[in-house]
Amino acid sequence: MSVTRTGPLPAGPAAEYDVVVVGAGVVGCAVARALARHPLRVALVEAANDVGEGTSKANTAILHTGFDAAPGTLEARLVREGHRMLTAYARESGIPVEPLGALLVAWDDDQRAALPGLAEKAARNGHHRTRVIGGDELRRREPHLGPGALAALDVPGESVICPWTTTLAYATQAVRSGVDLHLNCRVDGVVPGEPWHRLVTPRGALRARYLVNACGLHADAFDALLGRHDFTVTPRRGQLLVFDSLARDLVRHILLPVPGRLGKGVLITPTVFGNVMLGPTAEDLGDKAATGTTAEGLAGLRAQGARVLPALLDEEVTAVYAGLRAATGQEDYRCAAHPRQRYVTAGGIRSTGLSSSLALAEHVLGLLADCGLDPGPERALAPVRMPNLGAAFPRPYRDAGLVARDPEYGTIVCHCERVTRGEIRDAFASAIPPAGLDGLRRRTRARAGRCQGNHCGAELRVLLARYGTGAP
Amino acid sequence: MNRQVDVLVVGAGPAGLAAAARLAAAGAGRVEVLERESTAGGVPRHCAHPGFGADARGRPLDGPAYARGAVRAALRAGATIRTRASVTGWAGGGPATGRLAVAVTAPGGPEVVAARAVILATGARERPRSARLVPGTRPAGVMTTGELRRTAVLPARLRDLAGRRAVVVGGAPVARYAVRALRAAGAEVAAVVTEGPPARGIGDVPVLSGTVVTELLGRGRLTGVAVRARDGRAGTLRCDTAVFTGDWIPEHELARRGGVPLAPGSRGPLVDGRFRTAVPGVFAVGDLLRGVEPARVAAAEGRSVAAAVLDRLAGACGGPDGVPVEAAGALRWVVPGLLGAEPVPLLVRVGRPLDRPVLSVSQAGVPLRRERLPARLVPWRSVRLGPHWTGGADPAGGPVVVAAGE
Repeated sequence: MSVTRTGPLPAGPAAEYDVVVVGAGVVGCAVARALARHPLRVALVEAANDVGEGTSKANTAILHTGFDAAPGTLEARLVREGHRMLTAYARESGIPVEPLGALLVAWDDDQRAALPGLAEKAARNGHHRTRVIGGDELRRREPHLGPGALAALDVPGESVICPWTTTLAYATQAVRSGVDLHLNCRVDGVVPGEPWHRLVTPRGALRARYLVNACGLHADAFDALLGRHDFTVTPRRGQLLVFDSLARDLVRHILLPVPGRLGKGVLITPTVFGNVMLGPTAEDLGDKAATGTTAEGLAGLRAQGARVLPALLDEEVTAVYAGLRAATGQEDYRCAAHPRQRYVTAGGIRSTGLSSSLALAEHVLGLLADCGLDPGPERALAPVRMPNLGAAFPRPYRDAGLVARDPEYGTIVCHCERVTRGEIRDAFASAIPPAGLDGLRRRTRARAGRCQGNHCGAELRVLLARYGTGAP
Repeated sequence: MNRQVDVLVVGAGPAGLAAAARLAAAGAGRVEVLERESTAGGVPRHCAHPGFGADARGRPLDGPAYARGAVRAALRAGATIRTRASVTGWAGGGPATGRLAVAVTAPGGPEVVAARAVILATGARERPRSARLVPGTRPAGVMTTGELRRTAVLPARLRDLAGRRAVVVGGAPVARYAVRALRAAGAEVAAVVTEGPPARGIGDVPVLSGTVVTELLGRGRLTGVAVRARDGRAGTLRCDTAVFTGDWIPEHELARRGGVPLAPGSRGPLVDGRFRTAVPGVFAVGDLLRGVEPARVAAAEGRSVAAAVLDRLAGACGGPDGVPVEAAGALRWVVPGLLGAEPVPLLVRVGRPLDRPVLSVSQAGVPLRRERLPARLVPWRSVRLGPHWTGGADPAGGPVVVAAGE
């Protein structure tokens, strides 16, 4: 097991892998973790300097039940199974999840009339506990809703989750179980061969018997390196506003729009960190790096948010960001085995990859078997327990026993998010340490609060210099 | 671990320290100040320039010297100051249940500190880029003046400012500080961009007034800011550092978590002239009330709250009294937001510059006073209206409205 960020890749037999997974987003990390259960030499390679740096870091952080998927699709099945698997995995690995349930709120008669059909579709997706609730119950359960909310579809089981901890947990467990993680390692070319494919990167070459494409937005480009042109990824930008944790009491469920003729609308949801999120927009773009927000996008979100939850707009915004979903023009994933190339594509994982990730990983293992991979016997993975970032679960700053053993956990650095020096030190000493302050924020919440580093930014630079130098 | 004190002050800035000093000297019993940073003194610690009054011998004080003096005065009076002690919330059900106790995290362990009176002096912060809803990417190199102040004192290799090209956003006097600090650290200041007119003496630097930042550009590191002038002209300023200045918001988390109602304009706790909040036993002073003022203003509020706190310790259980005071016209806020029988001065702030300002006070539509002020009013400086401005108000009457216009 090793994690590399710089320098030449290993050479000779150390550069030979049974499987190389390209792309360390939530899907690639889940696949690498699943492969790590077998006696295989596995590498996970990633162009960015951290795991989860693309779509996986900027999404709505919802663990979907799959109630609204297109019935019968691969996506519907994998989200349904993935929800169950990730709910259990989160419990054992310390990923914060809150099963708040969702309410699809109807604001006009058309939307209200659509609710029974959505309940019926949910049933076809195996979700039998949805029900339509009237305006009175809706208002009792969400007292801060704006005027005009008529009814809602109640969807138990929809949950909020920490997307960063999830991706990092998969990657950490994979690395601890023997997977090599090579970051800053963009694959520029693939030279197909027998028995080895040769992967060309700026840091040297790797050899792989089997290849997995988990390149997210760039899945079509990677396919092209192997001569495949099965689909095109059109990035769909979603801009999001995150509100201060003082807004948390305004909303109790994941408030989803009823899909209708006028587009999908926006959702408002608590986050596991105790914030409230408003978004996303949906803009089809040509640029796979267009992760900027726009004045129109933010103004539109605020206008829609003001209707759903008027009081939300009085609260401070702590973050504005945008993520890109890997849309392919088909309402399903684009997963395929290419046995002659000993190659599996896991593409078009749109916006549900976080929810489906664990089931999708098993599916990819099946596709690899279809390509001829014999993974060998199963063994137990190295256990993993992630630091909790969730507001609903114990954090170190309140843990008397922990602080007594190590006062660093009693020294708060980021006051807005109550992040202690002990947690920051631990992040830098972890299996996959952060490459900089952004990676540190995703691992600890440091600098993610309402002041955005006004108070702690300078001290974090000092800690980055102190602890970060040993980072691989 | 649980402890009990008589007066708990949250925040060791000018207001909190002044309150602690006055109360300890007045025999309020055990007076303890909790400060989450490693050094007491508050914002002046980071302001290494004169403008903080003078010492006993008449020598001008800079911020750090002022801060040290304030700490010394509180300690000498008998107050306890505990640094690296972060108040993370109210203990138990909060002050609404009648129990005044806070949860504290410190290197010695989490504890609960109960008190007979709590003075909130948690200060204010500048709104970061996100709260200002500035669109664009999320690159490194974007900060507030607060972060710049703390970064500027780091070793050069850590602060990463030398050779940088910076844009300063905002035209209040704090922008002048940002320009100076950036230059002192070896950065070039490309421009100051301000929506309103700039304060005088920003320095020898291009000032784009009537201009807003419309987008941050760059991945990884900032590469520029897109700007648009009021006349519609737009362009891009190349820079790798952007400092967002001014635009203060009270650090009101603890107040709100304790059920303390806020004043609408200032977003600080609603207080009466004796700095009592609506929650019995909870007081609020300093920049928490309305954003930054000079240290002497905050300290004066700290001293003023002592009388009401002593009354509380002596068993008086009066809540805040008086009629609401509301800001109107060009005024953004007025403090205090409640006016009782006792005449007190008001602090007011405009939201836009007024060249020939006229201030008026009325109650239930009846004019009480109206005056043309001799000097221009600017959004970065408050005006103190003496007690005579509200002398005629009926403490049992309707809301008092303070308005500014031209």
